[in-house]
Amino acid sequence: MAKSLTQEFVKGLWQEIPPFRLVLGLCPALGVTTSMKNGIGMGLATTFVLLCSNVLVSLLRKVIPAKVRIACYIIIIATFVIVVELLMQAFAYALFQALGVFIPLIVVNCIVLGRAEAFASKNNMVFSAADGLGIGLGFTLALGALGGLREIIGKGTLTVWGDPIFNIASAFPGFQPFQFAVQAPGAFIFLGLMLCGMNLVGSK
Amino acid sequence: MGDLIVLAISCIFVNNILLAQFLGNCPFLGTSKKMETAVGMAMAVVFVLVMAGVITWIIYYFLLLPFDLVYLRTIAFILVIASLVQFVEMFLKKSIPALYAGLGIFLPLITTNCAVMGACVINIDKEYTFIEALVTSFTYAVGFGLALILFAGVRERILLARVPKPLQDTSIALVTAGILSLTFFAFRGMV
Repeated sequence: MAKSLTQEFVKGLWQEIPPFRLVLGLCPALGVTTSMKNGIGMGLATTFVLLCSNVLVSLLRKVIPAKVRIACYIIIIATFVIVVELLMQAFAYALFQALGVFIPLIVVNCIVLGRAEAFASKNNMVFSAADGLGIGLGFTLALGALGGLREIIGKGTLTVWGDPIFNIASAFPGFQPFQFAVQAPGAFIFLGLMLCGMNLVGSK
Repeated sequence: MGDLIVLAISCIFVNNILLAQFLGNCPFLGTSKKMETAVGMAMAVVFVLVMAGVITWIIYYFLLLPFDLVYLRTIAFILVIASLVQFVEMFLKKSIPALYAGLGIFLPLITTNCAVMGACVINIDKEYTFIEALVTSFTYAVGFGLALILFAGVRERILLARVPKPLQDTSIALVTAGILSLTFFAFRGMV
């Protein structure tokens, strides 16, 4: 593998950005993106787990027997998920409640297990860390963008952290929020359309 | 009894685990290209989800709560599900080979199906009793199967349609799932 460190990091941001290029981790992408804040929060929680589990898996890659590797990876991932769960309960309780069941479910997020199996088990620690951070930030970016899009159309606001920073209704008084976008069916359709947009841009 | 029926209907239609709660979407998109695989996956999920729901409920209330180990819930549940899947696989291979051949490759995939883990966590979060947990686990699984099989039917028809290039494959599948989700959304006023 002659790729440089930056290449491993950058590929997660566009070339292999989940959940678009790697069609993995769809559940949190659909479930929590009713606002930009939730999307970014979920993305950062996943990034933390990805980074830590990638580093630990690559450190232990010569110790773990091949036959039970999946079970070992799952235990490593579950440990870090519990860390995130407890940290969020302590420091970001409102966000923890908004994300609900999706925080413990990071453990079965295919992106995390997929990176451990496909990348961290074959590469050294520094590269695995770069890969985990890149893919994680790409996921955060995608979730933030999808959340922002749905929030603007569905509620007419944009929230990055805390209170809304932007409200369309104050700029355009006649604006009516398009409720559909923040409800369940909207999630599928907006993700599908975003994927279509990325295919359009990528094919040129 | 009436409460349980309302709970069952809400789990199958109103709070459908795939289309309203967004759990288990990876296998939903992955195994819905053919009707056969969709039916296999749906059956495997019903089988494992009911067992996992019951076992995790017992473990949570008789092991984790009394010994004050609630913070280990995530790791305990995933281990239970993973070993349960392994056990079911070995058991079926030995004693019911016909069913094993039918479910085949879908069993190991279930470990990372977040519908199973999600339903177990929801059972605990909503503080269901044992009977309620049993009913929700079964009806969530039925709802999963229903949505998956319906979607596979639609997707087989999409193959015959001329889809614009950027929308092809996953993109059109997601938009279709959105429309299917809209039909399930219409049950919202019922419960």
